Amino acid sequence: MLKEGYVRIPSGCAISGIIDRTGRLFSGQSIADSIATMHDRSNGLGGGFAAYGIYPDFKDYFAFHMFYDDLIAKQETENILKANYIVALEEKIPTRKTAHIKNAPLIYRYFAIPRPEKLKLSELDENEFTIKFVFNINSNIPGAYVFSSGKNMGVFKAVGYPEDVANFYKLESYKGYMWLAHGRFPTNTPGWWGGAHPFNLLNISVVHNGELSSYDTNRKYLEEFGYICTLQTDTEVAAYIFDLLLRRHGLPIELACKVVASPLWKQVERMSPKEKILYTNLKIIYGRALLNGPFSMIIAYEDGFVAINDRIKLRPLTAAKKGDMIYVASEESAVRQVCKNPESVWIPRGGEPVIAELIRDNEKEMYSTKEVTA
Amino acid sequence: MSLSYLTPEFKVLRDYDKCINCKVCMRQCSFEVHSYDEHLDKMISNDMNCVNCQRCVVLCPTQALTIIKHPQTFKEHANWTYDAIRDIYRQAETGGVLLSSMGNDRPYPIYWDKMVINASQVTNPSIDPLREPMELRVYIGRKLDKIEVDENLNVKTKMPPQLKLETPIMFSAMSYGSISYNAHAALARAAEELGILYNTGEGGLHEDFRKYGKNTIVQVASGRFGVDREYLNTAAAIEIKIGQGAKPGIGGHLPGEKVSEDISATRMIPPGSDAISPAPHHDIYSIEDLAQLIYSLKEATDYQKPVGVKIAAVNNVAAIASGIARAGADYIAIDGFRGGTGAAPKRIRDNVGIPIEFAIAAVDARLRSEGIRHTVSLVAAGSIRNSADIVKAIALGADAVYIATAALIALGCHMCQKCHTGKCNWGIATQDPNLVKRLNPEIGYKRLVNLVQAWSHEIKEMLGGMGINDIESLKGNRLMLRGIGMTQKELDILGILAAGE
Ligand code: SF4
Ligand code: SF4
Repeated sequence: MLKEGYVRIPSGCAISGIIDRTGRLFSGQSIADSIATMHDRSNGLGGGFAAYGIYPDFKDYFAFHMFYDDLIAKQETENILKANYIVALEEKIPTRKTAHIKNAPLIYRYFAIPRPEKLKLSELDENEFTIKFVFNINSNIPGAYVFSSGKNMGVFKAVGYPEDVANFYKLESYKGYMWLAHGRFPTNTPGWWGGAHPFNLLNISVVHNGELSSYDTNRKYLEEFGYICTLQTDTEVAAYIFDLLLRRHGLPIELACKVVASPLWKQVERMSPKEKILYTNLKIIYGRALLNGPFSMIIAYEDGFVAINDRIKLRPLTAAKKGDMIYVASEESAVRQVCKNPESVWIPRGGEPVIAELIRDNEKEMYSTKEVTA
Repeated sequence: MSLSYLTPEFKVLRDYDKCINCKVCMRQCSFEVHSYDEHLDKMISNDMNCVNCQRCVVLCPTQALTIIKHPQTFKEHANWTYDAIRDIYRQAETGGVLLSSMGNDRPYPIYWDKMVINASQVTNPSIDPLREPMELRVYIGRKLDKIEVDENLNVKTKMPPQLKLETPIMFSAMSYGSISYNAHAALARAAEELGILYNTGEGGLHEDFRKYGKNTIVQVASGRFGVDREYLNTAAAIEIKIGQGAKPGIGGHLPGEKVSEDISATRMIPPGSDAISPAPHHDIYSIEDLAQLIYSLKEATDYQKPVGVKIAAVNNVAAIASGIARAGADYIAIDGFRGGTGAAPKRIRDNVGIPIEFAIAAVDARLRSEGIRHTVSLVAAGSIRNSADIVKAIALGADAVYIATAALIALGCHMCQKCHTGKCNWGIATQDPNLVKRLNPEIGYKRLVNLVQAWSHEIKEMLGGMGINDIESLKGNRLMLRGIGMTQKELDILGILAAGE
């Protein structure tokens, strides 16, 4: 059977996300408990987590998490890595033997910063430089895969049920301010670890439940901007679109959400003249970045996360709030498992994002105006 | 002149039990097939002249008429076919270039029919367009790389001019001259009603139709007929016509006898003079010359209107299209080798150019690989026969399609391929006032509206089936297509997988 990347595999899924908007760190146990509640939404063929704020000691270093099939892949990757980066620390990612996680590849992490002379020569900023590095390893070194490349954050994923993945990676020993989780139900899969979620690039991580009917349109649009979609997964495409919109085009998160789940033309028609101009422009310019088909997804970036549905809400998504904690999940049970008495629980409408960011001085209003009470 | 070796191509069968000698057929047939024999007291026919346009068949009040392919055959020969032999007779008689009209009628493979469309099952719910929103609107024009907004969300970038289409279909260029006033009236009005555009072709814009300006694309072709400042500024967009799928590399010729007072005024040439469109534009011998014309037209219209370029699909279409995009065109219309025409040399029509399916796939892929696909719109033309062809064209990479032959068929064209004779019995490809009035624009426009609406409904159904609710998400979505009965090479060029893969 072909490895993911050579074949497209539709999946159903469970997703969950938790953030403490004050930036307080909390252990990965909560997210593991939350996603475990939705055991039946996945089938043991993929689970994973993204954790933000877990590497404060190395917060200025890119934290590369790698899967290697063998030592040759490791060697080749390290040659390229060390030629381009100063590596402050390299180590095996600590794991624990568990009954349900089998066939683990070699799993390493590196904290690294680009070599100044290489960076200068490339005429790129360090993010672009790192993206190029990641694309290079993932498309050119057989058996090597960079599955996490952000700063002060990391992705942990495997083939297995999410609760087993959490146990395998000793998730309870990490402390972060924001966590995402994913349990996967692929319709068929060769069981490749890289194909599990979250999908990450730099500081953007995506967990996703759904199937993009617009996949090929989105992929081709991204390729024009230099993105290489090696995995053929919807999640990869979604992550790159957010990277393009947020980082490269500098759009505020609210607008990025209005690109991937754009208002309908008949809604635009009813808007104020100023909004009409904005949304008409947005739809015309970014028509091919619209994510079409059923999905609920959580996209985490440095400042927080956004949870969003396709514009006609064909997949489940529930949100809840308690104090400075924001919870989102496929099912309400996953929230209530870890937050006994939420102040409010609501079901966001199709295309209406739930944006939960760290509290800052110039704080944005949390977007929950069009909620439906759960 | 010596004896003609040609025998009739069609045979008129008249059921004399039904014929009531009403002479309707006689009055309707501009090819003078039917006549009344007083001695016999019955209608007789001259099969030799019949082109099988079926006008008489449809209008005969007693359904007494049937036209069949003439049973007369040659000794069978796989190489020297009926057409091959007859074409030689014709040319030996006249010494002339064979003329024909409408599109290439040879049995080349039709790649639309070798592609099938995807639908959702289980993992992805299909969408019912009658219950859920389904968006077909597209904008044709140059798109920006990105939007820029200030902190109050005011848009700082300036959008280049766009054409808004409520459905991704436009009526392709057909000049006043090649088709009738009434045909133009029907097309213009239908375009307005449908929120789409029609294209004047290269014959100028009749005064009466200036009021449809918002729904009009005007052409600037090598003859420059009817082009003045008002013409350009009346229209919603300007299209530079370089070539046409039915006759790539060939100019046009409207004989003087068709240049009536009205056509002379519209084309801005003296009545009765031949209207010649040279093969190339004599001010465009290279891509930089094209860029100059594009920008001259933009200057003339104050950068308020998209300027597109129409080319025929030829071998090197991908590179040419890339050059056109870089020369500043807002859209590129590509006309495949099955595209129609009012008159073309038969050998050119049947042998020059490539199928639109390949051309669109190749151009889209080239522009993407150069990272400029999103800066220009692509319009596919050259035999779009139904809504499924449109879905496939867009999935291959088009932003919208042009239809022309299909529109004429909606108006009553019976594909007799005799447009060049000017005797169109259906009032479409003629300037004869008695024939023109057979086409009622009031009815014609409604038929066009019906056709496009029916196709739009079908497109929505197919999109819904794929789990898509916006036509934007179909653009270049080649994963939605699968090929049947193609070679690997053909699949690769189309950029699609085989069915079952
Ligand atoms: S040319 Fe047309 S109208 Fe005349 S006889 Fe033939 S089918 Fe009838
Ligand atoms: S437009 Fe008229 S002449 Fe031309 S093919 Fe159609 S029916 Fe025949």
